[in-house]
Amino acid sequence: MTTAHVPLWEVFLRARNGLAHKHAGSLHAADAEMALQAARDVYTRRGEGVSIWVVPSAAIIASEPAEAGMLFEPTASKIYRHPTFYEVPDEVGHM
Amino acid sequence: MYTQALNAKDAADGGAEDADRMARFQARIDAEERIEPNDWMPEAYRRTLVRQISQHAHSEIVGMLPEGNWVTRAPSLRRKAALIAKVQDEGGHGLYLYSAAETLGVAREELVDQLLSGKAKYSSIFNYPTLSWADIGAIGWLVDGAAIMNQIPLCRCSYGPYARAMIKVCKEESFHQRQGFEIMNTLAKGSPAQKAMAQDALNRWWWPSVMMFGPPDSASQHSDTSMRWKIKRFTNDELRQQFIDATVPQAHYMGLEIPDPALKHDAESGHWTIGEIDWTEFKAVIAGNGPCNRQRLRQRREAHESGAWVREAALAHAEKRRRRAAAAVTAAAAE
Repeated sequence: MTTAHVPLWEVFLRARNGLAHKHAGSLHAADAEMALQAARDVYTRRGEGVSIWVVPSAAIIASEPAEAGMLFEPTASKIYRHPTFYEVPDEVGHM
Repeated sequence: MYTQALNAKDAADGGAEDADRMARFQARIDAEERIEPNDWMPEAYRRTLVRQISQHAHSEIVGMLPEGNWVTRAPSLRRKAALIAKVQDEGGHGLYLYSAAETLGVAREELVDQLLSGKAKYSSIFNYPTLSWADIGAIGWLVDGAAIMNQIPLCRCSYGPYARAMIKVCKEESFHQRQGFEIMNTLAKGSPAQKAMAQDALNRWWWPSVMMFGPPDSASQHSDTSMRWKIKRFTNDELRQQFIDATVPQAHYMGLEIPDPALKHDAESGHWTIGEIDWTEFKAVIAGNGPCNRQRLRQRREAHESGAWVREAALAHAEKRRRRAAAAVTAAAAE
């Protein structure tokens, strides 16, 4: 009864002109064209988007959750990367 | 909703799993962190979620049948457009939920097979027939109303993909309930025959709707672990009570009567208390002996089987285009 495996796609939507595409969900479709059509039906029934990207899920390379500490923790200690680290006298005003 | 979690209880995790990891996992849950697909999780957590999310998805899909039954007979274009949009939403909800279940490592085809073979459960409510137009009102008002009670806390479920799917579902579900209430309210304020039709629908859908929240807490197998893992945030009985307290005054507003002679308002607690729920009926429906169980599964199987050639053709077409594109690249390289 089961047909051959139908590929999985990730769907990204641009909500409004000027905004970036954002992940909305995933769906199965035989090819890119059908994935776009299905994305339109499944994820934009109420004006959620003005543009759709579909990407084969298998093409996405993700970072390992177990490596999150190694990858991202070092930035937490580098407070000198933020503007508030530096002192500007009040008399100077907004900078 | 639609997640009555009635399959056999999972065996508890053995000592095989690392106690340290379990403790860290529970600490993350307790800290209200969301668990994401690639994170470590106990096998029982994964199984519970696959079962719950897929039951939920199946319910959305089967839920299209009783309402689809009235699309061609909706009394006006306005009602018909709304009903088509609602049925399409239910299909969409099923798809969001299947996608969420798949992030746990189960294939879509496998989930669909479990539904069609009768192995997987779906909500008992969809095994009742829609005999009159008022039933479409009652389903939107009561069934979707009950579903919202259950689904709002699921938006804070510990499993990220499920929680995010539920946020989308809840946003859309509110229209469903309101359109149902509008149908009921219009009938209730119509001719005596129309009002009688609304009352008849309420009479038939009230108890099945109350049962949607699943077995009483005293008999529920899954609640404790699900609550600890923050898959569930409220017990079946708590959600059921919320639903009753919200719905009874709405029925009274419409001048309709809840079909429960034992119903009474407890002034002290502020709650409406209901009479005994007939759990033998609930068990019979879950066991496959409700009024429409066989019909629903037969219709799903027929739809799936008659769509087989479309799926095959789509895949064959995609493969042909892929081969042609590859051949064109090879030819261009040879020039």
